[in-house]
Amino acid sequence: MGTELSKAVVDGVLTGGVYALMAAGLTLIFGVMEIINIAQGIFVVLAAYLSYVLQVHLGIDPFIGLVFTMPLMFGVGVLIEWGFVRRLKAQNRSALSILVTFAVAIVIEGILTQFFSADLRIIKAWYVDKSVHVFGFYLPYIYLLGFALAVVLLAALYVFLYRSRSGKSIRASVQNRTGAELIGININRVSAITFGIGAAVTAAGGMVFGATNSFNPNSGYDLISRLLVIVVLGGLGSIGGALVAAVAALVIEDVTAVLWSPIWASTMFFAVLVLVLLVRPNGLFGQAAVRAQ
Amino acid sequence: MHQLVKGDERKVKIPGVLPRWRAVAVLGAVALLAAACGSSGNSGSGSAKGPIKIGVSLSLTGDFSADGKAFQQGYQLWAKQTNADGGLLGRQVTLDIVNDASSPVQVATNYQKLISVDHVDLVFGPFSTGLTKASSQVVNRYGYAFVEGAGGGPSVFTSGLHNVFDVSLPVANNLVSFAKWVAAMPASERPKTAAYATQDDPFTAPQLDAARKILEPAGVQTVYNKTYPSETTDYSPIAAGIISAKADIVLVGTLLPDVSAFVKQFVQQNYNPKALIATAGPDQGAQFIQNVGANRTEGIMVPNGWYPTADNPGNADMVKAYIAQYGGTAAEVSSDVPEAYSVGEVTAQAVKNNGSLDQAKLIKELHSSTFDSVQGKVKFDSTGQNVDAFSFVFQWQGKDLVPFKPDANSLLVPVPPETRKIQYPKQTW
Repeated sequence: MGTELSKAVVDGVLTGGVYALMAAGLTLIFGVMEIINIAQGIFVVLAAYLSYVLQVHLGIDPFIGLVFTMPLMFGVGVLIEWGFVRRLKAQNRSALSILVTFAVAIVIEGILTQFFSADLRIIKAWYVDKSVHVFGFYLPYIYLLGFALAVVLLAALYVFLYRSRSGKSIRASVQNRTGAELIGININRVSAITFGIGAAVTAAGGMVFGATNSFNPNSGYDLISRLLVIVVLGGLGSIGGALVAAVAALVIEDVTAVLWSPIWASTMFFAVLVLVLLVRPNGLFGQAAVRAQ
Repeated sequence: MHQLVKGDERKVKIPGVLPRWRAVAVLGAVALLAAACGSSGNSGSGSAKGPIKIGVSLSLTGDFSADGKAFQQGYQLWAKQTNADGGLLGRQVTLDIVNDASSPVQVATNYQKLISVDHVDLVFGPFSTGLTKASSQVVNRYGYAFVEGAGGGPSVFTSGLHNVFDVSLPVANNLVSFAKWVAAMPASERPKTAAYATQDDPFTAPQLDAARKILEPAGVQTVYNKTYPSETTDYSPIAAGIISAKADIVLVGTLLPDVSAFVKQFVQQNYNPKALIATAGPDQGAQFIQNVGANRTEGIMVPNGWYPTADNPGNADMVKAYIAQYGGTAAEVSSDVPEAYSVGEVTAQAVKNNGSLDQAKLIKELHSSTFDSVQGKVKFDSTGQNVDAFSFVFQWQGKDLVPFKPDANSLLVPVPPETRKIQYPKQTW
């Protein structure tokens, strides 16, 4: 049982990294724009398809393919922000964003179904089925690489947010949208960049998701609920919180599945979520200011 | 101003307003007409000269979308063939297929609309036990026969409905041939331990229960037995549990996504069970190969009541028509396709036997006769299960899904003309 438990913890940490990549965009977009992006699940799937197309039709390795898919997803994010999200009026913006982004998700799902049908796909590469044997554990390369990618990208995002001028504009918008506007920050530009960055980071999460799970245009729905609870636990708007919460969620679920039953895995996670929210209503790393806006 | 007193209203004539008795007569006529239209759904007569409309709800999106699409292909192939043969009762058939998004709520709504609003003449079943169960009550309410090919879970047949007919193998019996084969092995070869993992799905879970009830008395110890939610996206803890249990054989209650994930994890963890059988997924032909990789399929097993080269009436023609229309090879034809195709075949035979689309007669005929289908003989018991269906075990060997059937001693022997023997233990990854 000890080995099994250790394995569950290791698996949870590695898989958590992948989920953090998928959730980072969601938390960033909410933190800056107060937009609850229900389309985040389909963004993940769209990104998986982009990597799949590059790999199957052009023979480009999925990790190298991020050089293309991340800017593409950035463009998709900017386009959606400009086309749909920006049009929402400040009043009831968060509530309306649920409907609008859900509609966006349905449209993207429909387009993907048109092009790829409902067939299940998976991204292949030489390292997807391989693993390394360390301390009695077989650690799959794809999860190790995915976790490393998560750490690097989230660290880069952190540096961007806290060390660059654009990042400071975004953080200023997080802390006080009206104040940021008053000191000359172009909120529309910041929002577009934020939505784009959120989608671009999701490109990486989608690639790893597509290499570890079979997917079709419908796969986003099972993801979105989990991603939402991860960002709530981590604290809406907190990148580090997303990483910690994703790892915590997956470890809790994996350990519960091993010690008790997979049926109760999600329940246990939600129980922990409720307990955390009772003590820290803004999540583990959430800023009260973010919610107060 | 003139004020009406009680009784005066009969004497006042307002232009364009009918006297009460006429209004009552008109309303009565409208009601009769409406009733006639409503009952036309029950009798299934529709327009006696136009095409026969068949209503179907399929999961074209959602969890079952891959299977839903294959079912759509099966229904469409049957309709095309039927029309090419002159139609049904001399009328062409048209399919009215609507998407239920794999939702139990939507599927019930769809059938209600198909029958009460679209007034279809016949209905064919959706994909999956869960959706069949969710919609069968609605269909029963309108007195329609509900012939289906993928709702074989026990729970469908314990509702006391008399109108549901599953043309395929009863789900609970799917793994029985495999389990009896394992139980019949000589003690020296027989596996000592087994691991079971299944979705909380009425299609998969009963199959594993039935197999376990055969294997445990035969001395095959259960070392892992877990159920997981069907919406699971991270299968690693379940795979890890199976691997840690070091089971000799693994039985998983899956569809394509989860069996693909399990195979991937078993490969990554270098875990090689002597036998691996999944309730569904490996039967998905090309999609299964694409998802697990061509070099990973070897030795994996799946139960089914059909295979592409089966010597059943019309089967070769159906496979040929499928390849002509959708491409690929015979081995790549999903087993969902013949399940759907058989629904059309059996319904058509019953309709022809009756010479009408009357639903009550159709239900009676379905309960009393034996039918032919591309899946083999079909004979329904009182609950609507196909008692003539037979469970084969299929094993991937090279590029083929090789069929095996149990002999008198429960040993799995190749189905002629196939001569390859079953691989046990399966080769390592």
